Amino acid sequence: MLHDRDRIFTNLYGQHDWRLSGARARGDWDGTAGILLRGRDAIIDEMKASGLRGRGGAGFPTGMKWSFMPKVSDGRPAYLVINADESEPGTCKDRDIMRHDPHKLVEGALIASFAMGAHAAYIYIRGEFYNEHLNLQAAIDEAYEAGLIGVNACGSGWDFDLYLHRGAGAYICGEETALLESLEGKKGMPRLKPPFPAAVGLYGCPTTVNNVESIAVAPTILRRGASWFSALGRPRNAGTKLFCISGHVNKPCNVEEELGIPLRELIDRYAGGVRGGWDNLLAVIPGGSSVPLMPKATCDTILMDFDSLRDVKSGLGTAAVIVMDTSTDVIRAVARLSKFYKHESCGQCTPCREGTGWMMRVMYRMVEGRAESAEIDMLEQVTRQVEGHTICALGDAAAWPIQGLIRHFRPVIEDRIAAYRNAYIAPTPTNLPLAAE
Amino acid sequence: MSGHFPADNIGDGSTAAHNRDEPTHFALDAASEAEIARHITKYPPGRQASAVLPALYVVQDQMRRQTGSAWIPRVAMDAVAARLEMPPIRVYEVATFYLMFNTSPIGKYHVQVCTTTPCWLRGSDDVVAACRKITGIKGWHETSVDGLFTLSEVECLGACVNAPILQIDNDFYEDMDGGLTEQLLIALKDGQARPAPGSMIGRQTSAPEGGPTTLKLVSE
Repeated sequence: MLHDRDRIFTNLYGQHDWRLSGARARGDWDGTAGILLRGRDAIIDEMKASGLRGRGGAGFPTGMKWSFMPKVSDGRPAYLVINADESEPGTCKDRDIMRHDPHKLVEGALIASFAMGAHAAYIYIRGEFYNEHLNLQAAIDEAYEAGLIGVNACGSGWDFDLYLHRGAGAYICGEETALLESLEGKKGMPRLKPPFPAAVGLYGCPTTVNNVESIAVAPTILRRGASWFSALGRPRNAGTKLFCISGHVNKPCNVEEELGIPLRELIDRYAGGVRGGWDNLLAVIPGGSSVPLMPKATCDTILMDFDSLRDVKSGLGTAAVIVMDTSTDVIRAVARLSKFYKHESCGQCTPCREGTGWMMRVMYRMVEGRAESAEIDMLEQVTRQVEGHTICALGDAAAWPIQGLIRHFRPVIEDRIAAYRNAYIAPTPTNLPLAAE
Repeated sequence: MSGHFPADNIGDGSTAAHNRDEPTHFALDAASEAEIARHITKYPPGRQASAVLPALYVVQDQMRRQTGSAWIPRVAMDAVAARLEMPPIRVYEVATFYLMFNTSPIGKYHVQVCTTTPCWLRGSDDVVAACRKITGIKGWHETSVDGLFTLSEVECLGACVNAPILQIDNDFYEDMDGGLTEQLLIALKDGQARPAPGSMIGRQTSAPEGGPTTLKLVSE
């Protein structure tokens, strides 16, 4: 179990002052200039050594991502863009960072920008986080006033500007290139890669897009050292992580724990256990709506980290744990996710635009049982036609929950179809056995 | 894509009704001008189009101040286009792509229920039923007869450990159920001040019910 002294987000629940004085008392902005004085390469090496993998879902090593930025400018400015468009169903961790520990994000933005040669950073926060954006903007204003950012930030000689930009209600803008499009004042439609943002990003300039949590943990890692962070968690899955535990648990909550904690321990220790007890568990979506669900048998032993979850054909994603007990209509639960993806498809790529609607309609027929058994395979095949055939990962994200459902709950779907047949399709003279003549 | 296209507006979304509401002119007032100017400074010279989302929020808020309904008529989009030196079509595209811009008038309170899976698992059906009962609204994105409430279904609001969530304008009301929803809406209907947002069952934000089980030793 992670000890409080190893927790990074010490004001996760907002019990303490989130403003600058409170943040300083918790250790933020301590020796920031000294960290910058180590130089770009030393910071990036330390981040690489820490083993931090991106906290936004994909799990790409953060230090390596930073190292992709050009070392010498060709005249174009470089940008850091922080993805605070937290919209993945189940996920509500960045919200707590921004409203309760905003200075960790502001300080991290300075350090990360310095490490990649950027004098400006934008934080793209989802529009619905109105009250959260007020806190974050207040923290940015305080940091400017205290000389921590702005001209000669922290007295380091590095000039750094940080801007907050509100989105306006579009899940797709959490995709990094759609986010850049949106930040440029356009519809949030993803760009083809390559070119990757590190070469051609915001305004055609080298850009790195990082998740809020990845940036906010950086100052603590650099203060306490890569070896401290990498000693937590498991090999290749280092450090602590914010978990969001929602759904059918007795006490839903956010909590920071080590990667690799057993799912059962996470739920029992922090979320008060599954409603009705562990044996009442049906399934868990372990990493936000985009990753396939896991049946109880897998949940019994699974460890919560990138590699363990990948090995069971699911994923850590954003570490948003959605718990479903045996009272759940699991087909409807997944159908509602299909509706979500249909709603949020930007409409740019045909497989996604048409496929998400098609999959949603079939899923809602499956909820009723108004389908043929053969359509289960057809649905599975269509998800394969969407997956991997679109510009961004939204198509994949729409496909995976359905694939997980079919993989683990096919008998439930078949029973539903049979029940519908029995209830609504009355035997007719042509399909009744003929009496002997 | 957003629900602003007429086909998605089951109810009062007909073109005729839309045109009847459409004002014939719109001018940025001083407060809006100042706000937009402030936003433009965040972006590099020549990149003022980046300020289109903030500017659309600004004009939507000006409409709320001036008419009591926070929405963006086409003439206001034109004003944004002129101010940001963008072709009007680019502003229309943006205003109709993003869900938080209302392209038709809404009620005094925009009641938005999250019904995505994490909220649904925790009983968002009851919240929806309570909203329908108190406001009398049958469909989605419709406005009550008294003009007080517009009811919308929204996708995940990103506060899932406090599900279900009822969003009223910019505020999240968390840990809701049917009864709490009725109480809240009746209070608004009676003209009472809106309660402070957050957990409606007294939780410390996203901590487990009953109080944090971690971070207890951390002092200021």
